[in-house]
Amino acid sequence: MKVLMALSGGVDSSVAAAELIDAGHDVVGVTMRLWGGESDTGCCSVADVDDARRVAQQLGIDHLVFNFTDDFNAHVVDPYVRAHSQGLTPNPCIECNRHLKFERLSERADLLGFDAVATGHHARVDVVGDRFFVHRGADAAKDQSYVVHMLPQRELRRTVFPVGHLTKAQVRQRAIALGLRTATKPDSQDVCFITQTGGREAFLGARIPFRRGTVVGSDGAVLGDVPAIEMVTVGQRRGIGLPGGGPKRYVTAIDRTTATIVVGDEADLYVSELTVEQLVWADQPYTGDVMVQCSAHGAAMPAGLDGNTVHWQQPQRCVAPGQSVVFYDASNSYVLGGGIAA
Amino acid sequence: MQNGYTYLDHAATTPMRADAVAAMLPFLTEQFANPSGSHRFARQVRKSIDEARDDVADVLGCRPGEVIFTSGGTEADNTAIFGTLDRRGGVALCPAVEHHAVLHAVEARHGLVVGVDATGRVDHDALASALVTSTDPVSIVSVMAVNNEVGTITDLAGVAAIVRRNAPNASIHTDAVQAANWLDLRTITPHVDLLSLSAHKFGGPKGVGILMARAGSAFAPLLVGGGQERDRRSGTHNVAGIVAMTVALRATDHERSAENERIGRLRDCLVDGLQDGLDDVTETVDRAHKVAGSAHVCIGGIENEALLYLLDEAEVCASAASACASGAMEPSHVLAAMGVPNERARGALRLTLGRTSTEADVARATTVIIDAVRRLRTGRAA
Repeated sequence: MKVLMALSGGVDSSVAAAELIDAGHDVVGVTMRLWGGESDTGCCSVADVDDARRVAQQLGIDHLVFNFTDDFNAHVVDPYVRAHSQGLTPNPCIECNRHLKFERLSERADLLGFDAVATGHHARVDVVGDRFFVHRGADAAKDQSYVVHMLPQRELRRTVFPVGHLTKAQVRQRAIALGLRTATKPDSQDVCFITQTGGREAFLGARIPFRRGTVVGSDGAVLGDVPAIEMVTVGQRRGIGLPGGGPKRYVTAIDRTTATIVVGDEADLYVSELTVEQLVWADQPYTGDVMVQCSAHGAAMPAGLDGNTVHWQQPQRCVAPGQSVVFYDASNSYVLGGGIAA
Repeated sequence: MQNGYTYLDHAATTPMRADAVAAMLPFLTEQFANPSGSHRFARQVRKSIDEARDDVADVLGCRPGEVIFTSGGTEADNTAIFGTLDRRGGVALCPAVEHHAVLHAVEARHGLVVGVDATGRVDHDALASALVTSTDPVSIVSVMAVNNEVGTITDLAGVAAIVRRNAPNASIHTDAVQAANWLDLRTITPHVDLLSLSAHKFGGPKGVGILMARAGSAFAPLLVGGGQERDRRSGTHNVAGIVAMTVALRATDHERSAENERIGRLRDCLVDGLQDGLDDVTETVDRAHKVAGSAHVCIGGIENEALLYLLDEAEVCASAASACASGAMEPSHVLAAMGVPNERARGALRLTLGRTSTEADVARATTVIIDAVRRLRTGRAA
């Protein structure tokens, strides 16, 4: 089949392209230009496009560049900034996957006559019954099913993850064997549109007004203050302006209307329930026993799912509002759906 | 060109003339000497450069001493802007639709950028007013002879009159890189002090160009070193390139008026064909204001990035706006300056014809483009 392979300029997508070619597919590589602003994280940079193009040349496939900077701003950057001003802790990489890597790219692929879109994510698409589901990648430490959890049937049907059955070590070995320049390139870590030098603070500070926040104990006693309530996340321990040496204190709640940050002991972070909004499902809405994962590399914990409420089997640390929450089947092998922590 | 391809991207680069290729060969083999040397082999090569300079001067309508050989259009443009500012101080001024080789140079020195009308020609009133109201004196005004994206021809006589009247001490530069195929350069040079050309746009090789600098137009060299080109451009001469460029320039000058007619007819046929076959195709600039080889249209209801992929797949080479360093298509600064709305600019398509273009190319491109646009508009692959 004719496959549009998203080449980021990293090692996973490089090897994914090679896997598709080996499988006999007609492959065209594409690099999406997403962030048009300043960047020093290496991601989305011209150097990455150079790497992607060179890999495509070495593998003997065509390479295109699509400019999706407007869509990236509208669907990822602007919502990211807006979420912070609302006191949420968003996950921009998930929004990028949702709107750019799949929606926008697969619509374009469809228009241009491609049968499928492939990415270098460590995940697998497999059939359960007669429906498609995102399964965890073969390398448990690198599994990325969490960040592609939002794919509905119509996307899953035309999505390929060619390195999902490989470990990261196998991917690198394959890249070395092929002599690809991306073989030893480090994994991308940070949000691509935020510079390492300025960080999140400089990025947000240039876009939204920061509000000073008062830090109080669970009894309401004022303990200190922070310069920007928008920079504080539930569960955070450092950087909330409290003197060191005392017992460890964590942000347990943020009240935006009064610009108050409540801190408490670690025990105060634990909750027995979690409300999830904006639910999406791979197939049908699900009620019953699930495994729930609340960060890209966090462990999934058992819970009962009832409507949009997660009832933890054991109390779990509360999840910062805005974070993605992903439901796996009870055997913890494939994604049922997910949403955003309320 | 590989068999089967339809090449309609001559404004990006045009195939080399066979006689220009042939003219290079002796200088890549036996005549290898450095023309700045003091022995007979050097003098032989030097003679070829001096002859080339005479030929160029003849085509440009200037004196041989006013011809400086450069590495291309960008170097010529940069030398004109940076060199004039460095020698004379003041600020540079250009319209917003200039090629980036001029625009980015002007912006890098915090120069003045003035608006254009709907056809892409510099707004004469805005130009005059910018010249008189600038707090720093304007020392160089750079206005392109022909726009590379939409093909608009500038009224350089009109521009020159405004500059001479309002800023008599300013140098006038024109980026004439897109003009050589279509306009008699002798009609341009009387109005300007500095003029840039690039060989690969008119059948010469890449990596060589010309800066014409009128005697008395003071500018500092961009490159210093061995003092070649009378200290105005150091660096060993690209002898093969200079000789081949000159052969191509002479031939272009000779064939120009016949080619204008022939290619103009092909261009008309192409644009008419697209407008007959498709709804909602608008010509960005009317034909009376542009060069014969340029067809620029905005096609409603499609994204040009997707269209270019389908054209590429069907072996039709076209373009949209200029590409950025990553190879991604950038929104066109030219169309934005002309006031073309974003949603129209998204469907912009530049088709540029040249010496090798034929009726068969036009017929094939018309069919392929119409098919591709219909396919994109219906929203699903055929």
